[in-house]
Amino acid sequence: MTALFKIALRAIKRNKLRSSLTILGIVIGVGAVIVMVSIGQGAKAFVEKQLESLGTNVLIIIPISTTHAAARGTTGIITLTAEDAFAMVKECSAISYVSPGIRTTTQVVYGNMNWTTGVSGAGPDYQIIRNWTLHGGRFITQQDVNTMAKVCVLGQTVVTNLFGALDPIDRWVRVNNIPFKVVGVLSAKGQSPTGQDQDDMVLMPYTTVQRKIMGVTYISYVLASSTTAESRFEAIDQITSLLRQRHRLRPNEENDFTVISQVEFASTVMETSHTMTVLLGSIAFVSLFVGGIGIMNIMLVSTTERTREIGIRMAVGAKEKDILFQFLIEATVLSSIGGVVGIILGIFTSKLVSYYGGWPSLLSSPSVAVAFLFSNMVGIFFGYYPAKKASRLNPIDALRYE
Amino acid sequence: MHDIVLLNDIYKIYTMGEFKVTALKGVSLSIKKGEFVAIMGASGSGKSTLMNILGCLDSPTKGKYYLEGVEVSRFSKNELAEIRNKKLGFVFQNFNLLSRTTVVENIELPFIYSKKISKNDIDKIHHIMRILGLDGFQKHYPNQLSGGQQQRVAIARAIVNDPTLLLADEPTGNLDSATSKDVMSVLTNLNQNLGITIVLVTHETDIAGYTRRVVVLKDGKVLSDTPSSSSAIPVVRAP
Repeated sequence: MTALFKIALRAIKRNKLRSSLTILGIVIGVGAVIVMVSIGQGAKAFVEKQLESLGTNVLIIIPISTTHAAARGTTGIITLTAEDAFAMVKECSAISYVSPGIRTTTQVVYGNMNWTTGVSGAGPDYQIIRNWTLHGGRFITQQDVNTMAKVCVLGQTVVTNLFGALDPIDRWVRVNNIPFKVVGVLSAKGQSPTGQDQDDMVLMPYTTVQRKIMGVTYISYVLASSTTAESRFEAIDQITSLLRQRHRLRPNEENDFTVISQVEFASTVMETSHTMTVLLGSIAFVSLFVGGIGIMNIMLVSTTERTREIGIRMAVGAKEKDILFQFLIEATVLSSIGGVVGIILGIFTSKLVSYYGGWPSLLSSPSVAVAFLFSNMVGIFFGYYPAKKASRLNPIDALRYE
Repeated sequence: MHDIVLLNDIYKIYTMGEFKVTALKGVSLSIKKGEFVAIMGASGSGKSTLMNILGCLDSPTKGKYYLEGVEVSRFSKNELAEIRNKKLGFVFQNFNLLSRTTVVENIELPFIYSKKISKNDIDKIHHIMRILGLDGFQKHYPNQLSGGQQQRVAIARAIVNDPTLLLADEPTGNLDSATSKDVMSVLTNLNQNLGITIVLVTHETDIAGYTRRVVVLKDGKVLSDTPSSSSAIPVVRAP
């Protein structure tokens, strides 16, 4: 067996250019497999991280301007109110927490420092729904909401940029020239899976943002959490019928809101990655197939060229299986080399894709092993016919072959 | 003592489409250990076919072939390969060495298909190379050697497995007369000093003259089987 390996390696080395052209198809095929698997797994990990960070039971209700309103030539009337949110937690059995939300981007000033960031209006349940922990101080209370208190809770990024090393609790920041008292600081959460800095944010009672900063009465979204991850579908149904009723929509009218579940958002990401996986998978399949045919073709040429060698080997006692193995090993070694090169190329490509394309990629050693095994199988599968043909040669004819 | 080779009424019929060509029509022949036999005949006489059958490269259509008392005429392809590996050695007209493979690797080729090569085998290869005057050519490639040297390498390969029978098919056919003489003296030496049984196919009378027995074939039959006339050495017959 070792001797057969030596023979095969020597034959491959003898025709370096031919061998490298032969394995090209396998290289591309295995490379595509690696990229496919790493992108697929990367997307899966991304989604899992997203769900972990946002919660599987979080629902976001956002208003949409209706076609009806657009027909009147307006940009649409936002119909979602804080009362809708409270009705949800009261009426819907599958909802446990709600927080009305409104968001704007503005400049926050402390002393001679300023920082432009997102100011989010929230209710007291926001902390539970989004699973925030406090670094210090307290969170927004119901009383803050009721009194439109000029208080705020800062994310870590804002703290760093405005206060540096100072403790911001009980200090005053200015937004739109109105002073707000810092009552709490959130613990750092870091980047969201989509790459946003979750700590770059200022929280205030939603009533404060509505009246003191934006001067509006509507809210721009409602954050809700269903009792369990499984009850989210029930919760979506309950919210939908409740809001339709509260907004007095006729059966033929479309919803003036939409309910988004994080899980559904995640599955969209999964679907996209699935499409990519299928695409890359078909490239991989076609290249591996073409690569396999390439190997078969070269092996057929090679066995014909070496007919006399086969005859000599048979004359000195090589059995059918010796010849079969010799060429099968040659084909397999060829495709394995292709596999290794393909794996390296694939790893490189998927790193490149995730670096420039912003697409997450993750590579596990089992998938590399599977890709390598696959390239071996291609070699065995497509090398078998030429090897079998060589082993069936009649020694007398083979010896006479010119 | 039994014969090393015993052919009993051997027929070989080739079917080519609708035609049937009978290459051998009842050849019977026995060869004893230590003999040096020449098989002669015009082309088409069946001598190549006989050689192939003797060399276990082909099986007879009819008749029996005993090699060292074992009937090999009905052996399978694999069994024949095994016999070739263990009991036969071949020397061909066109040397049939593996190109781009060193001399040593060519000589050890039969071992690759039978066992792991031991220190003993390596010593043996060196010994044989010394006997055949190939010392120093171990790492050479066949195309770096002269025709005579290449044929010596082929002979070395043929005897490395201590064959029962050495078959030489026109071994001097591609060589000039001086080199032919040289190769023939190598074969004669192997026969006389090492007692290797040799069957040689040739159409040249002077080459046949090196042997001690000449079998002439004609139209697939044995025409004559006589002691070699020009041989300097008296024919030794087993009692």
